Amino acid sequence: MTRFTKLTAAALGLTLLGGAAFADGHIDAAIKARQAQMQLYGFNLGVLGAMAKGDVDYDAATASAAADNLLAAATLNASIMWPQGSDSGAAKSRAKADMWSNYPDVQAKGMALVEAATAMQAAAGGGVEGIRGAIGAVGGACGACHKAYREPSS
Amino acid sequence: MRRFLTNLTFFVVLGFAVFWFITRPESFADDALAGLTADTSRGETVFHAAGCASCHTAPGVDSKGAPVLSGGQRFPSDFGTFIAPNISSDPTHGIGEWSALDLANAMKFGTSPDGQHYYPAFPYTSYARAEVQDIVDLHAYLATLPGDATPSQPHEVGFPFNIRLAMGGWKFLFFSDEWTIGAPNEQLERGRYLVEALGHCAECHTPRGPLGNLDNSAWLTGAPDPSGKGRVPDITPQTLGWSEGDLAYYFESGFTPDFDSSGGHMAHVVENLGKLPAQDREAIAAYLIALP
Ligand code: HEC
Ligand code: HEC
Ligand code: HEC
Repeated sequence: MTRFTKLTAAALGLTLLGGAAFADGHIDAAIKARQAQMQLYGFNLGVLGAMAKGDVDYDAATASAAADNLLAAATLNASIMWPQGSDSGAAKSRAKADMWSNYPDVQAKGMALVEAATAMQAAAGGGVEGIRGAIGAVGGACGACHKAYREPSS
Repeated sequence: MRRFLTNLTFFVVLGFAVFWFITRPESFADDALAGLTADTSRGETVFHAAGCASCHTAPGVDSKGAPVLSGGQRFPSDFGTFIAPNISSDPTHGIGEWSALDLANAMKFGTSPDGQHYYPAFPYTSYARAEVQDIVDLHAYLATLPGDATPSQPHEVGFPFNIRLAMGGWKFLFFSDEWTIGAPNEQLERGRYLVEALGHCAECHTPRGPLGNLDNSAWLTGAPDPSGKGRVPDITPQTLGWSEGDLAYYFESGFTPDFDSSGGHMAHVVENLGKLPAQDREAIAAYLIALP
């Protein structure tokens, strides 16, 4: 295992934290925090996607910064942002309760995103074709997890 | 709910007593497909555009390699839970023995080889608008997919819906193969074909009446998600506010204009649409932009 893989394996662990260890309001705050993490994905991908689509001109420094951010966000230690009782049945969230019963699969889907974001980081500085080549896998990784574990919005 | 059930019973009884004659399961004449030859690679495009794999693969199976259409996914509805059957090429448990005509009768009329009505959980209500040639091609493609011997499960629906004959009344009232929106040029015609016939987009994106019929006056304006949680979004241009390019890019990549990524059932649809030629995704986008 590379240092990197170990790091992310830890980062993506959904721990089965008891709510009791936390103050009131912790659940809602944790949901907001992970949604903010997702927003970071969306913003930085938006920068890369606008170049891939040709909506804005390619700029190597901007593209690299966005790809660095994407990878950094994907490797945050997410475990404390997914406490038990923060699923869509129990709280104001779109996370399916299945996430907590399919831990290895959730972790695999998180790892798939880290891999795709790593490839994006390697490609982003080298031209718009590199971004075009890498963005499909990133989208696939986001979509695979949303397909399995995110409820439709209301 | 009670009024709804009374209405329902009324219609079902009506369906039986008055219309039993007119509502016999329809089918093609035996020689309806004479002279048509099958093109397997065109059939593959039809397969992706129609999203057969989204419903007929086993639950939770990710689509890598040739899809195994062994069935088993569950579709909850107000009338009970329908379970997708095995339509793999297995001769006993799948549809390996079916002729192209059998498939055409199923998709165009909702009629089984032994002359029974299918439930519209199988979206023949949309596929009815499909070209017969496309069904012949699709039939040839399905035969190239692997067989699987998992037996089909019975549906979990109660009386009176468990009586297939009752669907005759339903079909008589609601089944139509007419187009919903006009298509003044070739691209819009293709887009309409992909949305209204093969893509069966309305089956999820259009609200339903009390009897499970699509409310065509609210075409593609969104509906409650059948899972009971959340909504399938309104995709008419005024509400959605996406450009034609945004739509085509979403169908290719799953990314919304603000780079969220599609989830739920739509993620299956995007996987399928990603396998179509770019002009087809553009045609779907053009159709949606042209909606009133
Ligand atoms: C490991 C699973 C997983 C991966 C990978 C993932 N997401 Fe999510 N995403 C979720 C879940 C679950 C939610 C719902 C969170 C909630 O409401 O508590 C969500 C919510 C979101 C939201 C809505 C946030 C809000 O404000 O409500 C956006 C935007 C989003 N994801 C974008 C992305 C993008 C872009 C990627 C890929 C770069 C991605 N996600 C990867 C699971 C995932
Ligand atoms: C929305 C989910 C859904 C989609 C999409 C779908 N089906 Fe089905 N299909 C069903 C269900 C549910 C049934 C069971 C209907 C019944 O028993 O009345 C069914 C039944 C069938 C049957 C009858 C099988 C038998 O044993 O009698 C065939 C054949 C079939 N589908 C083929 C297809 C093909 C080909 C496609 C793509 C063009 C397709 N289906 C797309 C859900 C779906
Ligand atoms: C099986 C049900 C289903 C079918 C069939 C379906 N959709 Fe969807 N669609 C959804 C759901 C659920 C969403 C919300 C996705 C999400 O939560 O990310 C959606 C989202 C969308 C969106 C994005 C809207 C938004 O506000 O994010 C568009 C555009 C769309 N669908 C178009 C189509 C088209 C075109 C077709 C036919 C080719 C189609 N859909 C077929 C269920 C479906």
